[in-house]
Amino acid sequence: MVSFLRFLINGISLGSVYAIIALGYTMVYGIAKMLNFAHGDVIMVGAYIAFCAMQYLGLPPLVAVLAAMVFCTVLGMVIEGLAYRPLRQATKLAVLITAIGVSYLLQNTALLIWSSNPKVFPSVFNIGTIRLFDGNLVISSETILTIVANIVIMIALTLFTGRTKMGKAMRAVSEDRGAAELMGINVNRTISLTFAIGSALAAIAGVLLCSAYPTLQPTTGSMPGIKAFTAAVFGGIGSIPGAMIGGLLLGIIEILGKAYISTELGDALVFAVLIVVLLFKPAGLLGKPMREKV
Amino acid sequence: MSETRAKSLLKVDDIHVYYGSIHAIKGISFEVNEGEIVTLIGANGAGKSTTLNTVSGLLRPRSGLISFEGKSIVGIGASKVVGLGMALCPEGRRVFQQMTVRENLEMGGFSRPGEEIPQSLENVFTRFPRLKEREKQVAGTLSGGEQQMLAMGRALMSKPKLLMLDEPSMGLAPILVEQIFDIIKELHASGTTILLVEQNAQMALSVADRAYVLGTGKITISGPAEAVLADDRVRAAYLGG
Ligand SMILES: Nc1ncnc2c1ncn2[C@@H]1O[C@H](COP(=O)(O)OP(=O)(O)OP(=O)(O)O)[C@@H](O)[C@H]1O
Ligand SMILES: [Mg+2]
Repeated sequence: MVSFLRFLINGISLGSVYAIIALGYTMVYGIAKMLNFAHGDVIMVGAYIAFCAMQYLGLPPLVAVLAAMVFCTVLGMVIEGLAYRPLRQATKLAVLITAIGVSYLLQNTALLIWSSNPKVFPSVFNIGTIRLFDGNLVISSETILTIVANIVIMIALTLFTGRTKMGKAMRAVSEDRGAAELMGINVNRTISLTFAIGSALAAIAGVLLCSAYPTLQPTTGSMPGIKAFTAAVFGGIGSIPGAMIGGLLLGIIEILGKAYISTELGDALVFAVLIVVLLFKPAGLLGKPMREKV
Repeated sequence: MSETRAKSLLKVDDIHVYYGSIHAIKGISFEVNEGEIVTLIGANGAGKSTTLNTVSGLLRPRSGLISFEGKSIVGIGASKVVGLGMALCPEGRRVFQQMTVRENLEMGGFSRPGEEIPQSLENVFTRFPRLKEREKQVAGTLSGGEQQMLAMGRALMSKPKLLMLDEPSMGLAPILVEQIFDIIKELHASGTTILLVEQNAQMALSVADRAYVLGTGKITISGPAEAVLADDRVRAAYLGG
């Protein structure tokens, strides 16, 4: 029982990281109607920036996270502006191929700068542990921080898209780009803002991920990126609460699957669940089925 | 209607618009003066929507001039055009289905300073009391007539000098069509200049000052609305004989 609880909490924690990454996929998909496959690699860049800020510049962890967020925000906007914006009228396939290209570019640039030797990410947020059930259940502060961060981000994004002028403009662009333009909304700027937010979240996810799994290398973002993308599809791509639920479920399924079924099959299980969900709910758990425009 | 209020608001001069290699608008010129209702009528596929979308900046003409209050607006983009005082209520309404009535209206006022919004909302709700009742309802669940009112209210939120309406009566029951046209008359009476595109040529010509008839990308007939209404070719083609 206690071990089940431990796996569950670990699952929620890992799922929280997936959820934060999935938000980037889902927001960009909802607003720019594209799959930004380079998103996973922005996570890796964020983790490296935070790592360098702490290790080489000796900055305190919180400042390092902020630096990583600022760097990734700019990086996200630059990627959007240089690689994707010129393709606004191009086919989906052209955009997808470009995104894969950007992904390789980021990984290989990281390889050049930081080499393939894994860096050991410092356990910066380890400020203590909570022990329950006579010390049988140990919860690290990183785990709690990750879960709290996810909740705070969720609330902030919900308020942003529900209450602010720019947040509502984002929803308008995601529904009907042309109509949004007719309202006076600058679509390019809105898409750029979406990439900025998604990339800042990726930086946070990168630090949280590396705090829990401290091996940092240029490919660090790939697998979590793919899983978070799966989580976004699982929850219903384009839906913010969908990303949250998809991420959490995926994290829990992965950890429980690895613990009780098979360590090797844990990842496969994740994708098997995705396939089953999509068979019954093609738009994902919270996705809206495509409707014909009248 | 005979008095000469000749102050030109919108001037379109020999525009050509293409969709890829399809030459949809083949040199159209027209003008809308301050205080007028001008209507653009024509068969399906004649290019009426293309014309309005080009004027509003959603499409870019390959050649030709478009000026609003004497300034060229070609190529500045739709999001800037609305700020100059020209709003398009597009074909098919295109309200934001997943946003509430109030949010849709707020988006309509996006180009205006925030402190103006409460008053503008009040004005729209006075004109469309039905929208006030449904303020918090998601737009996708409104009836067709309500959605049309929302689309018009949303366009009015930007306080346009020129309101362009693309088939506001489309798909509505006759009684609602009457209502929409009453609203158009009211808006006109309160000083808004209107450029109206309609399938319902009879209704459009009965409220308009002047009319242009569009036939596959070109203006074929133009003149005062009564004259166009009396034209045999128009009667034969658009008014059922
Ligand atoms: N996105 C597009 N791509 C290619 N061709 C288009 C596109 N939109 C319109 N057209 C073509 O341009 C021409 C003019 O279309 P437009 O929609 O302006 O006509 P319309 O007069 O508004 O017709 P309706 O009364 O049916 O609304 C048509 O031949 C149409 O097929
Ligand atoms: Mg049309």
